[in-house]
Amino acid sequence: MSKQEQHWEKTRNLLFVTLAIWFVFSIGIFLFGAEMNEVTGPFGYPWTYWFTCQGSLGIFVILIFWFANRQEKIDEEFGFSERGDD
Amino acid sequence: MKGNFIDNLPRVYGIYTGGFLAFIIIMAICEQMGMTAKTIGICFVAFTVAIYAIIGWLSRTAQADAYYVAGRQVPTVFNGMATAADWMSGASFVAMAGGIYFKGYGYMALLVGWTGGYVLVASLLAPYLRKFGCYTVPDFIGTRYGGNLSRLLAVIVLTVASFTYVTAQINATGTIASVALDIPFQYAVYVGLVSILLCSMLGGMRGVTWTQVAQYIVLIIAYLLPVFWISNKMGAGFFPHFMLADEVARIGELEQQFGFVKNSAADLANVPKGLAGITKAHSAVNATPWAFISLALAMMMGTASLPHVMMRYFTTPSVKAARKSVGWSLFFIFLLYSSAPMLATLSKLSLIDPSLPTGIIGKSIAEVQAIDWYQNWNQANLMFVSDFNGNGTLELNEFFMGGKAVVLATPEIAGLPYVISGLVAAGGMAAAMSTADGLILAIANALSHDLYYKIIDPKAETAKRLVVARVLLVVIGFAGATIAAMEIQGILGSVIWAFDFAMSGLFFPLVLGVWWKRANKEGAIAGMALGLASGMGYLIWVRNGGSGFLGITQLTFGIFGSAVSLVSMVVVSLITSAPNAATQKMVDEVRVPSGRTILGKQ
Repeated sequence: MSKQEQHWEKTRNLLFVTLAIWFVFSIGIFLFGAEMNEVTGPFGYPWTYWFTCQGSLGIFVILIFWFANRQEKIDEEFGFSERGDD
Repeated sequence: MKGNFIDNLPRVYGIYTGGFLAFIIIMAICEQMGMTAKTIGICFVAFTVAIYAIIGWLSRTAQADAYYVAGRQVPTVFNGMATAADWMSGASFVAMAGGIYFKGYGYMALLVGWTGGYVLVASLLAPYLRKFGCYTVPDFIGTRYGGNLSRLLAVIVLTVASFTYVTAQINATGTIASVALDIPFQYAVYVGLVSILLCSMLGGMRGVTWTQVAQYIVLIIAYLLPVFWISNKMGAGFFPHFMLADEVARIGELEQQFGFVKNSAADLANVPKGLAGITKAHSAVNATPWAFISLALAMMMGTASLPHVMMRYFTTPSVKAARKSVGWSLFFIFLLYSSAPMLATLSKLSLIDPSLPTGIIGKSIAEVQAIDWYQNWNQANLMFVSDFNGNGTLELNEFFMGGKAVVLATPEIAGLPYVISGLVAAGGMAAAMSTADGLILAIANALSHDLYYKIIDPKAETAKRLVVARVLLVVIGFAGATIAAMEIQGILGSVIWAFDFAMSGLFFPLVLGVWWKRANKEGAIAGMALGLASGMGYLIWVRNGGSGFLGITQLTFGIFGSAVSLVSMVVVSLITSAPNAATQKMVDEVRVPSGRTILGKQ
């Protein structure tokens, strides 16, 4: 496998992991919205309410930064990272 | 100042933020000295719009790179702020807290959808389109798939989606300008339009970028300051986001106590149009899983297909920066979105809790009608009470409010000085203007770059192209304002449609363009044309009394459109021949972050 193919395989795997986490917090948990709302969650809000107000939103922010860092590492590993500033 | 403009950005915007805070304090002092509410409103709107216009003028340019992509040198954090302003529309600012206030959980799918979409932007599209080096979204479609027809179809989808959206934004600027400046709506729409064009006409993307950063700062201060102030004044907690659990629970108790009494149709006929009562639980789950998930999913895929957002990531210095910048964008959006439910909670509790001094439920109707703020907002057609059961006391089902009132009236109800209401008007104006600018620019750039330069006259000189771009900007702006003045659809309805149109036509052609090498021109053409046509057909069908299927409503028709788009794109791609070697090589290069952009090589 060429360097480029290996790089793309790792990139694709990272995409799958990212999308899996995204799926859980944007869709998966809301399948159980009614049940989850019965339980008290962070700061005393009901769980489902908290996820829609802050939880899922905050997790998305963290997820994107985590994804960006991982992708940069992959790019560096194969020598595909850009030089210079960001 | 030493160094170039980019190096000095933190200082420039630091001074600007300080100046704006000083302006708020000066206005507060003027209010104490007896300046009227109306003058304060005019000062806020006029002062901020004048600043944007100055920034727009300072950013004027005659270079194509600066006009279309701000010279590709916008640092990540600032691009994040600009995207957040670009993204958060007048609807997010003025109507979102109101939607949560009235509809609760079912509406909050929009919060999840309008943030979750950025994960798709960051992982599926933005870095690759940045590597591509295009000026516009159709530029990517046209080059990746080849041929004028694919480019033209992308321009059509972009125009349909963005134009639907922009009329709502111009409408919002008109509403705010008409309230703040006290002029009729029909004229206020054009005042709004001129303000919008002042930011974008001379500097294109460069002007829009630096005004959007300025607009973000105004809108976030205008949103957060009242939320924190009200929360502290009510004694609900000094950091509302972490401390309102008791208030949320208290609203639940009161809902139990009052009950949701259903009004008769005859009673409701007396309520002014556009006002609603509290009929849904505040924090309970009041929608089926599919209703929630389908709306969130439609908004997420729509986010990843809306060209005015995507093109913001063409302006970063590198692919790496584009990825990080998506994270910053969402962070800045998060600051406002996570505050909207808190504002809705504070607003609702302050109105319905009889044990609070501001609470009106349980008071006598005559007493409520004598309150100053009630009279003001009743006159503005945003509040209404009526004694349906004739017992002389205001019940929960007898109080009606407009969605905008949650943001606009809560500061006044909570007893904050008028300077805050002026600030909120300026914030709403900033939110609507920044989004309108991004959208008008997206349409004008697609028409001038893709339709005029790439299809009609490929030999046109830069100067001529930029003249065409500016003329189109004005024409599209006026067309949008003219339709906005007719007031066809409410602010939020058209915003959601824009997402559905965009995802119907563009989501899969964009994503598969990067992630599926086998996708070819015929497939993309089928995907865009059939996707948009079936989405639009479904909308028209449901609007005309069609029953719909699978629980897909007129707010989520993009799910049907994009499914048709995916299937037709895959099927047509597979039965026609694979893309040629040059195209496949191009896709390989897009996937590697380093090296020159694809279009930069040609």
